[in-house]
Amino acid sequence: MKRVVITGVGLHPFGRFDGTSTTDMGVRAVRAALKQAGVGRGGFQAAFCGTAYGGVATGHKVLSRLGMTGMPIVDVEAGCASGGAALMLAAGAIRAGQYDTVLVFGTEKMPKGVIRSSFFEPWQEEAGLAATPAFFGLRAQRLAVNSGVTKQHLAQVVVKNRRHGASNADAMYQKEVSAEEVLASRVVCEPLHLFMLCSPNEGAAAVVLTRDDRLELPAPAPITLAGAVLRSHLPGAVLSESTPLSGLVDDTVPPPSTLAATAAFEEAGLGPSDLDVVECQDTDAARELLSYEELGLCQPGGSAALLESGATGLGGSLPVNPSGGLLSKGEPLGASALGQVVELVRQLRGECGARQVAGARVALSHTVGRGANAGVVVLTR
Amino acid sequence: MAYIDRMRVMVKEGLFTDGDPPSLLGSHCAACGARHFPRHDTCPYCAAEDPEPVELSRRGTLWAWTAVTAAPPGYAGETPYGVGVVELPEGIRVIARLTESDPAALSLACPMELRIVPLHVDGDGNDVITYAFAPALPS
Repeated sequence: MKRVVITGVGLHPFGRFDGTSTTDMGVRAVRAALKQAGVGRGGFQAAFCGTAYGGVATGHKVLSRLGMTGMPIVDVEAGCASGGAALMLAAGAIRAGQYDTVLVFGTEKMPKGVIRSSFFEPWQEEAGLAATPAFFGLRAQRLAVNSGVTKQHLAQVVVKNRRHGASNADAMYQKEVSAEEVLASRVVCEPLHLFMLCSPNEGAAAVVLTRDDRLELPAPAPITLAGAVLRSHLPGAVLSESTPLSGLVDDTVPPPSTLAATAAFEEAGLGPSDLDVVECQDTDAARELLSYEELGLCQPGGSAALLESGATGLGGSLPVNPSGGLLSKGEPLGASALGQVVELVRQLRGECGARQVAGARVALSHTVGRGANAGVVVLTR
Repeated sequence: MAYIDRMRVMVKEGLFTDGDPPSLLGSHCAACGARHFPRHDTCPYCAAEDPEPVELSRRGTLWAWTAVTAAPPGYAGETPYGVGVVELPEGIRVIARLTESDPAALSLACPMELRIVPLHVDGDGNDVITYAFAPALPS
């Protein structure tokens, strides 16, 4: 099979940028990625743009500012996993021989506050059943029942990720917090306090993919896209990210993140024990712990112990969210997955300074959300 | 202008009955045995057509619960309000509002029963009602 490599990455910081448009942010990220890859306007044959709130032809608006060549541009919406979905499509097209080089980017300006989603019917909003943090709270409570996760554990996830984010100049929050501060913030939906939830925000990220036999002068060293998988859900899990109104009394339904991770590991010929660094969905603090279990970083029920061991902090055996995660960066839906990929490419190249995971060779990115959509990407150097 | 009684209007038709006692309207798939809420015309588990309409059990046990402390977009009712998952004896878990908005007042597997509750008064002066679960009275 043809090897797909990443030759350039670019980012617009995540945060709030009044006066900067979705298009402006996308242009900045795309320009940086193309420049790093040494690719000009005619150097890629297709573009995939992840966005959920960008509106019609978001990708065209970005590339129209950079010299159009008539190439196909496809906007991809897959909720929190939009960027991962775009990456999967691009990699598949390259492997199939359809294109040699593809630009993948995501750009987003989220409305402030609780995310309003057209996914829900109006009556669900009216009945109070479209409260996204309530589903997070219910999942967190089940994690407490099944895995012994306490509020103190949830606070420690926030403390860890904000500590990591303190050295990330592209993050929205670059200030550490204490467990006391986290637990003193107001309760949004028990057991979740405000500081345990990420902020929807704005940002953009871009990646250039190419077939490795096309490479002439790999500088910086190319990173291999070893697996890129998008999965949806199986029916039956009442608290699935597909947010159904009912489910079955059945706790064996594999979640979409597990489906995606299993397929991505198979595609890469690797497993959880091969990983050196992970960026995972930490929309809320419990979601990170749930991700440890769903991605196979620990046994079912083992997430609290894995956190307590210190393994998932910088300096540990498997740092998770060295970028600071969504809890530090915020979450621009269409850009968040590619933001993780940009961080991991930089980690694998050894460019991350104070938050560098020493000697990282295998990395995994994970996003999951509405749909359900779960995206898992495995990168190697 | 003549006095007119306020009407009770369902937040959405076809989800529940407003009788005494009330019920949730579900369906049962003869092909795979799954029970659904809300009612479906194709089984969401196995795609068999025309599942049988059924009324679901009015009593169950609490499987997960929380409370929403700030009004989410599109919601005009009171806050805080409870949201939870109730497990019904026929093997289905249903997401619903809870009449109890203090999570500390509830416990895992406590018995719950179906109620029809007012949500808010709409622009025409009607009471908009919906389904919810309340801690069950001893039977």
